[in-house]
Amino acid sequence: MVPFAGWEMPLEYTGISSEHMAVRTRAGLFDVSHMGEIEIAGKGALTAVQRIACSDPAQLQVGQAQYSGLLTPEGTFLDDLIIYRMAPSHFLLVVNAGNLAKDFVWISEQVKSVGNAAAIDSSSRYALIAIQGPASLEVLQPLTGAELGEIQPFWFSYGEVANARATIARTGYTGEDGYEIFVPPNVVDKVWQAILESGDSAGVVPAGLGSRDTLRLEAGMRLHGMDIDETTTVLEAGLGWMIGWTNETFIGRDRLLEQKADGPSRKLVGFEMIDRGIARHGCRVIQDGAPVGMVTSGTQTPYLGKAIGMAYVPIANSALGTTIEVDIRGRTANARVVKMPFYKRS
Amino acid sequence: MTYPDDRKYTKDHEWIRLSGDTAEVGITHYAQQQLGDIVFMELPEVGGSLAAGESFGSIESVKAVSELFAPVAGEVLEVNEALKERPEAVNADPHASWMIRVRVSDVGAVEELLDDVQYQGLLG
Repeated sequence: MVPFAGWEMPLEYTGISSEHMAVRTRAGLFDVSHMGEIEIAGKGALTAVQRIACSDPAQLQVGQAQYSGLLTPEGTFLDDLIIYRMAPSHFLLVVNAGNLAKDFVWISEQVKSVGNAAAIDSSSRYALIAIQGPASLEVLQPLTGAELGEIQPFWFSYGEVANARATIARTGYTGEDGYEIFVPPNVVDKVWQAILESGDSAGVVPAGLGSRDTLRLEAGMRLHGMDIDETTTVLEAGLGWMIGWTNETFIGRDRLLEQKADGPSRKLVGFEMIDRGIARHGCRVIQDGAPVGMVTSGTQTPYLGKAIGMAYVPIANSALGTTIEVDIRGRTANARVVKMPFYKRS
Repeated sequence: MTYPDDRKYTKDHEWIRLSGDTAEVGITHYAQQQLGDIVFMELPEVGGSLAAGESFGSIESVKAVSELFAPVAGEVLEVNEALKERPEAVNADPHASWMIRVRVSDVGAVEELLDDVQYQGLLG
């Protein structure tokens, strides 16, 4: 068990590699109850969420979710999150555990200034577990009356799972098919056990933080605090697609428009090692002996069996196929810029 | 886990097995367990000399990098290239996975390291 954002969480149960492979080939079960949940409701809720989030929540139908960012006026990431539209004027924001306190203070201020809406931190009302992998549907279906196949990716539904009232979302952080299940904390134990029992013959295993990180890296998903933070803009992070330009009121929009016109001077790229070695967070990207960028995530991942990672590099070095040099504890090693995601499920 | 009594151990969770004035060095079962799945190893060049406590390479798992330290001073005679190709062998059989073979400068220094009983005592 390791401390994580104020929680004690398992790094692994049976081993990072075996849990990673289980998710890619069967299914794994993650306890992600540490995530923060903030709800915004009231007549002014949509206006408030449009102010704080760089996607366009007006595009969401009830029952639909979207990946988004809470930005500073500079267009950099206070946090990344998923926004769920529970009702026309009721939104659930699921944010990173480590940023919950900061996010809630800032969101509350914005909601208050918009008016006609309230924000509450409802994190303590939600436990959250995620089943991820190709066997997810078949393992979860016997435990619920909800038609899991009819929930489209990035949509959610209400129902029960193992007799517990649940919100079931077809979302995840692994690059596999799967479901994230919100249940009251007093029943999550029972739901967890039920899923493991139902999934026993399918080879479902519990999976921890270690494999969660290797899986999301292969899937090209950013991690706030590592790949994105208050010093990196949405465009620099290669996440321009999350911007809802039809939302004309979001904080950071003006700065992003400027940067879009000029072009960012650096970009987050995916890379794979050419020379021996594993480049990890903090390793510098070097050019002619001088540091020009930084690796933000990197390891050798179990499914691909290669050393991959993400790094900020100058725009001139960001084209696919470009060779970049990384400094691994004093030794220079070559890597190649490659497309993300590194892995895509079939 | 019984730790073999044919070798000595260090506080850095390495073992050294002496044969005349040459010795093989590896990491213990406890070390590989702490590391998790080993995916990469960096080992020295043959012919280099090492001071006691000097780093001679690194061993990496998915989640972490750990340095390897020379238990005693010596000259690197041989490096286990096969282990570099299959680093997961260290997880499977750590006490059989020698990493470097050295000519030990001072055999007496090896005797002063921990024996299997003392090492297990360290682990608690």
